[in-house]
Amino acid sequence: MEGKRSKVRMCCLCNQSRASLNRPKTLQQICRDCFYLSFENEIHQLIIDNHLFTPGDRVAIGASGGKDSTVLAYVLSKLNRVHNYGLNLFLLSVDEGITGYRDDSLETVHRNQVQFGLPLKVVSYKDLYGWTMDEIVKLIGLKNNCTFCGVFRRQALDRGAAFLKADKLVTGHNADDIAETVLLNILRGDIARLSRCSSIITGEDGPIPRCKPFKYTYEKEIVMYAYFKRLDYFSTECIYSPNAYRGFAREFIKDLERIRPRAILDIIKSGENFRISTNTKMPEQGTCERCGYISSQKWCKACVLLDGLNRGLPKLGIGRSRPGIGCKEENESRGVKSIESKQCGSLDF
Amino acid sequence: MQLTLEFGGGLELLCDSKKIHNVNVEQQNGEDKLTMKGLLSWVKTNLIKERPEMFMKGDTVRPGVLVLVNDCDWELSGQLSTLLEEKDVVVFISTLHGG
Repeated sequence: MEGKRSKVRMCCLCNQSRASLNRPKTLQQICRDCFYLSFENEIHQLIIDNHLFTPGDRVAIGASGGKDSTVLAYVLSKLNRVHNYGLNLFLLSVDEGITGYRDDSLETVHRNQVQFGLPLKVVSYKDLYGWTMDEIVKLIGLKNNCTFCGVFRRQALDRGAAFLKADKLVTGHNADDIAETVLLNILRGDIARLSRCSSIITGEDGPIPRCKPFKYTYEKEIVMYAYFKRLDYFSTECIYSPNAYRGFAREFIKDLERIRPRAILDIIKSGENFRISTNTKMPEQGTCERCGYISSQKWCKACVLLDGLNRGLPKLGIGRSRPGIGCKEENESRGVKSIESKQCGSLDF
Repeated sequence: MQLTLEFGGGLELLCDSKKIHNVNVEQQNGEDKLTMKGLLSWVKTNLIKERPEMFMKGDTVRPGVLVLVNDCDWELSGQLSTLLEEKDVVVFISTLHGG
């Protein structure tokens, strides 16, 4: 019925320009300039309300070259300038060693380094672990490769952040990602992760706290922001197979969003409000005897996986453990592993 | 009618890795005027070379694909019923790739 010329809608905030976007969060119809302002202000408010940073902080931005981290780097450097946060910002990228995928996206990060004027540090799996993902996939095939990648990436980011002497590590996880992770953790019965995946700051007891300034930012708005601002980002799926289970959860969230956009915020809220009963045993944290990284096991998950690779037993440390011995190990290893990692299909950061 | 179609966010991979397509499209399925609904079915038949399920779901775009008509969110212009005019620019962006 409605032809686009039949009704030119004006921005409901300024009433001066043509509306360009329907905000999923508020259903407001707003123009580009009001959108930029609302988008940036909400993130600023979140940073202030949650005391994410202190003046003088060295902040590493996990940068994959994808839309989320590219917009995050752009917005954070803008807010830092406009509101005088007094932060030293860095781009931190992980080179997993995936030919035809990561090498291309790293080029985007190198361009971002110049465009945003932020120093860049790249850490590679090859340097840290002696293996590239290409080599690992050659050995183990396309099953479980995402486990290796996810575990290695989490540690690689921490090591890169430590190299940069960073006080905080920020990642571009958006509201859709977090809603999806809440749902997945419920589907897996993973209480340890469920309780943490919706926190804006995690790992405060670990070496470097991580925070998610886009926690309440819709993916749609991030992509619209990047599109309107013509930001340079990379958008190709990892060549080593998407994670089917996560894919279903993602699709479900997107279907819900189409019917009721608030569903995303409500799922996050559910995640935040879950309380863990006192008789649920939570893993205790220590350090890995081998590499010193945080671990609730004798060895951290990365060391177990690496040991398997180096001994030619790559299945070591993979998959669900058996009941009995199993439960404990499973919980603990997962407690250490990235609780919010977007394993392949949609990349971590 | 002359239209410019742009595919981004990974959707270009479904149509020969070409982002911008200058096309000539007439009304579809007995419509009086070309609507987004008609355009989508034309695109599916004529431009999408592989994995159409990444682009469409039912008779509309897959959830997670953003559509802009002349740089305006199609949710403001009536989505499938949006009427198209000569020289319009329609942009499709997938939000589903990478992070």
